[in-house]
Amino acid sequence: MIAFILRRLLASIGVLIAVGLIAFAMFRYVGDPVNQMVGIETSVQEREQLRHQLGLDQPTIIQAARFLINAARFDFGVSYQFKQPVADLIGARMPATLELALVASILSLAAGVPMGVFTALHRDSALARLFQALSLIGISLPTFLIGILLIYLFAVVLRWLPSFGRGDVVHIGSWWTTGLLTVSGLKSLIMPSITLALFQMTLIMRLVRAEMLEVMRSDYIRFARARGLSERAIHFHHALKNTLVPVITVVGLQLGSILAFSIITETVFAWPGMGQLFLQSIQNADIPIMAAYLLLIASLFVVINLIVDLIYVAVDPRLRVHLQRAPV
Amino acid sequence: MSEIAAEPEGASRPNRTFIARLKDSDLLASFLSSKVTVAAGAVTIILFLAALLAPWIAPTDPFNPATNFLSDSLDPPSFIAGGDPRFLLGTDDQGRDMLSAILYGLRVSLAIGFCGVALGGAIGVGLGLISGYAGGWTDSILMRIADVQLTFPAILIALLLDGVAHAMLKAQSRDESAFAVLVVSIGLSFWVQYARTVRASTMVEKNRDYVLAARLIGLSHARILISHILPNVMGPVMVIATINLALAIITEATLSFLGVGLPPTEPSLGTLIRIGQNYLFSGEWWIVAFPSLTLAALVLAVNLLGDWLRDALNPRLK
Amino acid sequence: MTGPLLSVRDLRVEFATRKGPLVALDGVSFDIAPGEVLGVVGESGAGKSLTGLAIIGLLDPPGRIAGGEISLAGKRIDSLPPAQMRDIRGRRIGIIFQDPMTSLNPLLRIGDQLTETILAHKSVGRREARERAIAWLGEVGIPSPEKRIDGYPHEFSGGMRQRVVIALALCAEPALVIADEPTTALDVSVQAQIISVLKNLTRRHGAAVMLITHDMGVIAETADRVAVMYAGRIAEVGEVHEVVRDPLHPYTQGLMAAIPTLEVSARRLAQIPGAMPRLSAIPPGCAFAPRCPRVFARCAERPPLMAIGDRGAACWLYDRAAVAADVRT
Repeated sequence: MIAFILRRLLASIGVLIAVGLIAFAMFRYVGDPVNQMVGIETSVQEREQLRHQLGLDQPTIIQAARFLINAARFDFGVSYQFKQPVADLIGARMPATLELALVASILSLAAGVPMGVFTALHRDSALARLFQALSLIGISLPTFLIGILLIYLFAVVLRWLPSFGRGDVVHIGSWWTTGLLTVSGLKSLIMPSITLALFQMTLIMRLVRAEMLEVMRSDYIRFARARGLSERAIHFHHALKNTLVPVITVVGLQLGSILAFSIITETVFAWPGMGQLFLQSIQNADIPIMAAYLLLIASLFVVINLIVDLIYVAVDPRLRVHLQRAPV
Repeated sequence: MSEIAAEPEGASRPNRTFIARLKDSDLLASFLSSKVTVAAGAVTIILFLAALLAPWIAPTDPFNPATNFLSDSLDPPSFIAGGDPRFLLGTDDQGRDMLSAILYGLRVSLAIGFCGVALGGAIGVGLGLISGYAGGWTDSILMRIADVQLTFPAILIALLLDGVAHAMLKAQSRDESAFAVLVVSIGLSFWVQYARTVRASTMVEKNRDYVLAARLIGLSHARILISHILPNVMGPVMVIATINLALAIITEATLSFLGVGLPPTEPSLGTLIRIGQNYLFSGEWWIVAFPSLTLAALVLAVNLLGDWLRDALNPRLK
Repeated sequence: MTGPLLSVRDLRVEFATRKGPLVALDGVSFDIAPGEVLGVVGESGAGKSLTGLAIIGLLDPPGRIAGGEISLAGKRIDSLPPAQMRDIRGRRIGIIFQDPMTSLNPLLRIGDQLTETILAHKSVGRREARERAIAWLGEVGIPSPEKRIDGYPHEFSGGMRQRVVIALALCAEPALVIADEPTTALDVSVQAQIISVLKNLTRRHGAAVMLITHDMGVIAETADRVAVMYAGRIAEVGEVHEVVRDPLHPYTQGLMAAIPTLEVSARRLAQIPGAMPRLSAIPPGCAFAPRCPRVFARCAERPPLMAIGDRGAACWLYDRAAVAADVRT
């Protein structure tokens, strides 16, 4: 068990180092970092001095190692555009994005799983058909269109909800800010979180439906039927558990991609989060921010993957034994 | 239930080409049996034709400054009060006819979608064939890369590639190269699925008798891969390509909407929506509504066709 | 003797396909007396398993019962509402499927699956149900059942799992057990054990058994009577020793000739030429006619199951008028 976790941890670190090297390559070779930092009138001498300060005149391997070590200490250098430490910039915007992503994840799971189960069990009912049709539209409509549609309905026509920003936020501790404690903060959160959740929700619904249908065809469900168990016991005791095992992996990754999709939602709703910062950095070729964001997203994916693995082991008894037998 | 399964559909033979499976699967019958699929097919064909024929059927040339007058700007559609009969779907802030802009935008969106899918497909199928055929460390390295890339959403990869391209290109050449940058970004973020599917099929196919026979008579590896294995792994590739076309169109629209795709001088549907969004609050809804409807209809129709194709060919895709 | 426990009359099962209905079972009739073991034998695809599924009402769509009657202890069960049918499954009729590796839910403990079945059919408390579950595991021969009850299916071998499956099928004490090829998926070395567990337990609890298999040897050792199926129809039915000693239907004769015995070595086994027709291509008359060594004019018409003493055979050879007419021509 511990060996398994350690092995996964090592693999994760491997992935992070690989992504870190890509980030380093971006930083070092996409454009000249020195040219980005100084003005046109800076002399060659001053440039060389800066180059030396940044360690850019040292061998590539040492530079790469230094980059990785700094990254591990959350030191990503200074933004070309804002002339501020990247870590500070990202840190200030992280709470907004994490709150949005968390609420959207909960929404997509809380709606997607029951809808998937329902459409699988009552395949021919009108409501199931409606859900199916909606899910196809949900998958076909780009996220930004859903956002625009919501803004038009609830902000322009009905004037119920604010169309941009986070509303009033409350400071918690030294750096965390939350919009969950004020009325305007909560109102501001409604449309962005629905926009962000909708696509994931349809994916989760379709996935749960497909898995559930697969499980309902299995021999052990047929045998459970043949023993005269109630439909309720078959659906929710036997089928649901088996459905959720494979769903966990995909859903874990999907929840991770909510962070990436928040870039779009944040743009539509002018949400002051990391996604907006990342987009600005792309438009302005602000490589340090891009590199930091890439590494951050990679770390989050790695953490989510680890959690998914652990849940997997907790849910599926076959894995537990397998791990005990083969502790390599 | 094995008793029934052995009956009508059980007669699956290996080595069947895509065409053979197409005929076997009663493709046409299953196409016509679903009204939704027929409707999706019709919408797709109409939109494809409209995009193809845009220069001939568009009322005006939206990119010709000589025919656009600022006095015509922000006219509502002709069918509501205050509309100008010359502009069926109204005009934008530049006085451009929305219908024409949408037709040209559709053309650009589809062009990028097709090129992106073609590039992604070419890379993916190529690497998949090599990976499955060569095996060993080549296979391990390629599949490791695929694994890592697969954990990141395609849109993020496309954004990053776009950002790198931005940083490397000079500002003035950005607009000119926007099309190519988009195609490469989309192509590079969509190759993994093809590669995995083709690799799996290739590993099965390469051990079949006909491949061994081809080797015995001394055909080169490249020849075997292209003329013998490739035709046999194309079925699933077609399905992925159809579904990916919808994804590629969405990705392009999203990138353009985010402002890192096509510039307003050469707008795609996404660019048009980006421009139109600014007029949402001042009441000029048509600038955003019609491009959005077109985009939604296109993606929905292509998605429906993809779903149908997958079910009809049923190569057990997930 | 009272009436039969299970009575199947003219059962017809169809599968709706794009090209019209496919008849999978046609005019299947047989009885099972209380406590009796009826063997059902035939090649794969003959409709044996389908008959079992039709009886417990678990045909998968597009399959459906298109005609005939199924009665349990004199009461029709083929058109019961789902809730009543569910009550019959498990409590009155138990079923054992072929593959023990896939019959058990991999994520639930053996004990949970047993107790939930007992609780569904018996008015006992949770603790009592667990006691009974342990007792059943003991009865099917699981060593130290009070420990193994908390194990998961993957911790059991194939043979042990099939014992668990038998316990699950019997734990609500049904009067009839349908065993659908219970040993086919198992190691040859444990097949005999499983059959003997099944035989002993059903005898002890007075349950009748419908034993579906393609292994005539198992039938000969275990069954009281045997029904031979061919292409979705009953070819012959009768007391097992009589059928083995003196098969009536030419298909049964071919089948018996194909069993290795001590006198005839396996090398010289007779084989029936040809293969069973596909469901979509069953000939209009006797389904066996194209392969039958004794085919004659009358076989162009479908033979009914003819009573010959207390046996039955669906073959025109046992219709005097038909044979006489054939001799005349």
